[in-house]
Amino acid sequence: MDHPSAGLAELIAAHGVSRRAFLQFSAAMAGALALPASFAPRIAAALETAPRVPVIWLEGQDCAGNTEGLLRASHPTVAELILGILSLDYHETIMAPSGKAAEQSRADTMDRFPDGYICVVEGGIPIAENGIYCTIGGRTFKDIARATIDGALATIAVGSCAFDGGLPAAKGGPTGAIGVKDLVPSATLINLPGCPMNVQNLTATIVHFLTFGEWPATDPSGRPLFAYGQLIHDQCERRAHFEQGEYVTAWGDYGSLNGWCLYKMGCKGPDTFANCPTARFNEGTSWPVKSGHGCVGCTMPAFWDQMTPFYRRLPTPPPFATDVTADQIGLVLVGGVAALSVAHGVGSYARQRRAASAEAAAGGVATMEAPPAVEAPATAPPPAAAPPGPETPTADDKGTDR
Amino acid sequence: MTRIAIDPITRIEGHLRIEVEVQDGVVTDAWSSGTMFRGMELILKGRDPRDAWVFAQRACGVCTTVHALASVRSVENALGMTIPTNARLVRNLIAGSQYVQDHVIHFYHLHALDWVDVVSALSASPSDTATLAQSISDWPLSSRSYFAGVKAKLETFVASGQLGPFANGYWGNAAYKLPPAANLLAVAHYLEALDWQRQVIRIHGLLGAKNPHPQTYVTGGMALSLAPNSTTALNARGISEIAALLKQAQDFVDKVYIPDVLAVAGFYKDWAAIGQGIGNYMSYGDFPEDNSGQPSANFLPRGRIMGRDLSKVEPVDHLSVAETVAHSYYTYDGGDDKLLHPWDGQTNPKYAGPTPPFEDLVGFDKYSWLKAPRYEDQPMEVGPLARMLVAYVSGVSEVKAAVDGVLGTLGVGPEALFSTLGRIAARAIETQVIAARSAKWLQDLDDNLGTGDLAIADVSKWDPSTWPSEAQGWGFEEAPRGSLGHWIKIKDQTIDNYQLVVPSTWNGSPRDSQGRRGAWEEALIGTPVNDVTQPVEILRTVHSFDPCMACAVHVYDPAGGAGVEIRIV
Repeated sequence: MDHPSAGLAELIAAHGVSRRAFLQFSAAMAGALALPASFAPRIAAALETAPRVPVIWLEGQDCAGNTEGLLRASHPTVAELILGILSLDYHETIMAPSGKAAEQSRADTMDRFPDGYICVVEGGIPIAENGIYCTIGGRTFKDIARATIDGALATIAVGSCAFDGGLPAAKGGPTGAIGVKDLVPSATLINLPGCPMNVQNLTATIVHFLTFGEWPATDPSGRPLFAYGQLIHDQCERRAHFEQGEYVTAWGDYGSLNGWCLYKMGCKGPDTFANCPTARFNEGTSWPVKSGHGCVGCTMPAFWDQMTPFYRRLPTPPPFATDVTADQIGLVLVGGVAALSVAHGVGSYARQRRAASAEAAAGGVATMEAPPAVEAPATAPPPAAAPPGPETPTADDKGTDR
Repeated sequence: MTRIAIDPITRIEGHLRIEVEVQDGVVTDAWSSGTMFRGMELILKGRDPRDAWVFAQRACGVCTTVHALASVRSVENALGMTIPTNARLVRNLIAGSQYVQDHVIHFYHLHALDWVDVVSALSASPSDTATLAQSISDWPLSSRSYFAGVKAKLETFVASGQLGPFANGYWGNAAYKLPPAANLLAVAHYLEALDWQRQVIRIHGLLGAKNPHPQTYVTGGMALSLAPNSTTALNARGISEIAALLKQAQDFVDKVYIPDVLAVAGFYKDWAAIGQGIGNYMSYGDFPEDNSGQPSANFLPRGRIMGRDLSKVEPVDHLSVAETVAHSYYTYDGGDDKLLHPWDGQTNPKYAGPTPPFEDLVGFDKYSWLKAPRYEDQPMEVGPLARMLVAYVSGVSEVKAAVDGVLGTLGVGPEALFSTLGRIAARAIETQVIAARSAKWLQDLDDNLGTGDLAIADVSKWDPSTWPSEAQGWGFEEAPRGSLGHWIKIKDQTIDNYQLVVPSTWNGSPRDSQGRRGAWEEALIGTPVNDVTQPVEILRTVHSFDPCMACAVHVYDPAGGAGVEIRIV
């Protein structure tokens, strides 16, 4: 991979980001990735020598919601960080040239960095009727996407549409929309579903790659475990009310004003893997359940059909005050084996990272002994009713990594 | 004669292709082609009407929130719900902050590069830039050393050899008229606006849980937990945080955006006579200031201006809206030339363009995934210019004062508004007016909560068993890009038909059954093109409409013949 630019820290400094802000960013990334705090210096060191990674950002059957999400990235200043880490060589919503000159920008990057650019895909890929439901420059999007993904170092599918076709693939859609994994099964692929994805997870994924030279561990659906390894229900700030049997039963009622559980209003948190409760959106301002509306399950496969009607409560009525039963709801709905393997994958990933930290960080023993956040099981013991899982992974086992 | 195909049109939302014919350096004909289709209207059929807004909001992530609002209004209209005061004001605040943030992003990040030469900024004197900045505004970031820092950043970026999104731009084209200092000023504000937009949209985080795609709407009101003294709901502290963000938004608009628009416009006054378009302007009106549901309650009024006649405002009735698919990739049972009201609308996709890969649309009668909406069979322009004209003639005092102020500063009359530059000016004026009004809506909300009224939703018709077996409704919204309507038919508690007629479908419409062009097709006629390989002037007029194609879907005519040179640029 050609590295035409100076170190990232130098560039970031040139872009006016202070050292302090840079280290804060590194610490925030360590937190987002559920790594011990001792990893922050390593992240900072890695970024100091990182090049600006060329990025081709493709948009197919999209609403640009993930692009807008990218614009909301924070810590440090979004403009400087994006200009510093990535070279956004092709992005229709942002780039200066149009028409043939725009398509030339994509071709230039593919020629200049063969197997050395990251392809980001936003939107579904329509394959019905040979792809005529989305064309760019007179070519079908499916052909453009396949060629660009084939030549990429890796591909990141942002949002639910690039994950599995998303909204255009919902029941009734005539365009044959699919996600990246079905268009190019051989792609080195990270999936960041969500409608839209949380940009903090995109930034953390890229930082992980630059820091460790590999992509973060993922679940069987290719979703990074640091972001998609836990049920929303298990991280929810309204969880205590679920345990107490305190539910919102009408919009604006006493329970609504007092932050009670939204289960009876159709919340899909017990069925949904994502880090929304901890990452939140818009610089940590809020997330749907905090503000009073249930989760719609937008990080899950085929959620437009599987999670609707959105206001119908989940089918298994939970007995009160048993944490185990709450997890069973999720396990029943998402499939017990997959859920348990995710849980083991998280543990394996954390162990692996701690082993790595023992090599990398001198004198960090005390810090390393503090368990990473993802492994802290204080409120979530393994579900008693779950089927048996795989063997406990060893330190060199990547668990459910692709 | 030269025919130019530009595909993709970038710095918009979605997928747009423009083809134009150029003769003697001027556009003589134009075709607008939406090149992506998803099938939202088909996907919505048979679903729970209360779910519709979650789906419909995904029509667009740039004009996020607007389809959610139009959708819940359509269901509320069908079922006869009246939302409470708190919900009305929260919706106004979400929609108002969307205007402010989205219009600023449009100017700096989607449109500015048509007017600002980034490479020229490299030769700017920081001192001259500081002098210029201080002459147009008292915005504090205006020192020589500040602009020297911005210039150094730009130099470092260019020296890296990776120009990212600025590679292959039309830099150095003779159409760029700004002096280097003005270009550097604009580059500085491009970067400042990037930071500003993510901060001010935290208003959506507080009221809507997240942005893009806020998630606190429900049919009947809002799901937002809102109570001044609560520890868990959005409380008095949250409201004061919104007030601070609104102030931050207003400051940037008053001290950066407005002065920049006026400064840039001063160098491009010829564009006040280019891009006139069809001259019919429509607004549904929006921002209700009481709970009556009457059009008269809207802060921005409903109405039409026809044929550029500023002496009167004509009425608007949604029953006069209809769509044809004569030149669109759809069929209608009973003939594609028919005009169908959206309640009876049909979405039967049938691609009828060239087989990809293709070079041009020459010879294809149907050429777009956009339908062609018409009002009383007339093409209309919608958007900030239409809204400001309707409000101006209707006598809305805030709008009248702001419009007269801008026209006075530029030394032009109201006729200058019928242009590419007029659309840009109207968008800026509207941003200023709505930013100021949002502070009032927040005060109204605070006052209403202070009376002890915490009602946030009408839940009397939440249960589908309370609904009639059949109902139909219309949800209107003035989105940042223009008049948006959702039409719903409900049968046996599920969606029987759902149609969206959105701003960019009006503005980016293909020809209708009578061969009349849509708004930006018509506006392109007469646009100069000094270098057909660098169609920056075409982008100026198209971008002045702020196209949004993902919303719109749901440029050809074989007039050329022999002797036409076709260029893909």
